[in-house]
Amino acid sequence: MTSQQPNPHLNPKPPSGGRVVMDDVAIRRALMRIAHEVLERCENLERLYLVAIPNGGVPLARQLAANFKQIADVDVVVGVLDTTLYRDDLKIKAERPRLRETEMPSAVDDRIVILVDDVLKTGRTIRAAMDALMDFGRPSSVQVVGLVDRGHRELPIKLDYVGKNVPTQPDEEVRMSGSEGNLDGALEVVVMPGEPESSGGTR
Amino acid sequence: MIGRDLLGIEDLDRADIERILETAEHMREIGRRVIKKVPTLRGRTIVNLFFESSTRTKSSFEIAGKRLSADVINFAAAASSLKKAESILDTARNLEAMDLDAVVVRHAVAGVPKQIADVLSAPVINAGDGAHEHPTQALLDLLTVRREKGRIDGLTIAIVGDILHSRVARSNIYAFRKMGAEVRVAGPPQMIPAAIETLGVKAFTSLREAIDGVDVVMALRIQNERLTGTYLPSVREYSATYGIDREKLKFAKDDAIVMHPGPVNRGVELSHDLTDHRPGVILDQVRNGVAVRMAVLYLLSGRRQEGDPRVDLGSGEEK
Repeated sequence: MTSQQPNPHLNPKPPSGGRVVMDDVAIRRALMRIAHEVLERCENLERLYLVAIPNGGVPLARQLAANFKQIADVDVVVGVLDTTLYRDDLKIKAERPRLRETEMPSAVDDRIVILVDDVLKTGRTIRAAMDALMDFGRPSSVQVVGLVDRGHRELPIKLDYVGKNVPTQPDEEVRMSGSEGNLDGALEVVVMPGEPESSGGTR
Repeated sequence: MIGRDLLGIEDLDRADIERILETAEHMREIGRRVIKKVPTLRGRTIVNLFFESSTRTKSSFEIAGKRLSADVINFAAAASSLKKAESILDTARNLEAMDLDAVVVRHAVAGVPKQIADVLSAPVINAGDGAHEHPTQALLDLLTVRREKGRIDGLTIAIVGDILHSRVARSNIYAFRKMGAEVRVAGPPQMIPAAIETLGVKAFTSLREAIDGVDVVMALRIQNERLTGTYLPSVREYSATYGIDREKLKFAKDDAIVMHPGPVNRGVELSHDLTDHRPGVILDQVRNGVAVRMAVLYLLSGRRQEGDPRVDLGSGEEK
């Protein structure tokens, strides 16, 4: 994040052409707060299991794991779960979306699974993630962290931990990106103006 | 972009191949799960239409379809009555009436999958047609080599055996050339097609010269069922000259891998000690075969001829 703006809400024109709703500092603060909230509510830290939904969930889950280590000195497993093969729109689209990595390092049975995603919209990705998760075992509970909740839910799914609520137009695109497109460096969440026939990134 | 059908590697470009391999890499992970099934193709019907006997390829496609939750039907057909183009087209029309989502075809005559594709609106996947192509075999070989060597670009690969009658050789020549590898072929002179060098390969009759310094040695199966005595006077002589064993392999790179599309005629194409030496690679080919076929079924099923009202050809990714 190269922007000098102390308050990104007031930044009407970031370099990428959309409006920045969370910059790297805001994202880090939100993840620290969420880590505290999870620890506050969780009675058995050994059973925590962070499951990131790629691509955006991965750096967020890693940061949460680092925060757990820092706050409570616990090592929380981080898994990555691609939901593409569980999507509900595959039957109506001829063009197949790209698959992403799935890497579940340990069994999910009897674990408290925390799904981590960057932007929540319709709830369909979380539905798919829950179905995928059940194929890996039987977690004792499943909770959801979303960095940004942009509204427009189409399924009865709510977030347990929210970084920030961001009201949006349905056709706007909200995406999390890193500097120069990589997700390992500084992150930001940008709302892009809607395009006709926009594709990707809407959740 | 990958078309509706997969009839041969010749029709694909490098980006298509990369996309299939990338998808297959992700499909491998499903095979390592306790529950080896994802709901992706639930409610889809895939027909295995094998006019020529096959155990490995047919079960590989069947497992691939089932791991994606498709209904897989094996349609066994007597080869003799279906050699006429007319009855093949009748079969295809019958299949069309059954509203299938993909058809996997193997036939002893080159071009039959194409003929079927021409009348079906559902995608057709060639599982081997005569001496023409066997595209999923070449894709699984690419995946195996890439996983072993980390790349394909710049490698040298020697394909050894009956190049003339081998669809595996043809598909692999296209595949490895398109991915930037140097390809050599070797075999008895009567088994090397006259114009093979137009495909961008170097032909050898000396096995030693062919495998000198190569990264990959791919032995082809001697297809006894296709060969009359004129092509192969003596299997023992073939084995002595072109059978791969540890001694001959010394001319290849130290870390060269030995591949075989299976089933191996032990002691003919590969010596016993080599078949058991690193069986991992040959068994990885089988494992990768399922992943590659899952990738192809995933990418193609759902495609239909344009104008088919059953499908939305849009590429949106609304989640």
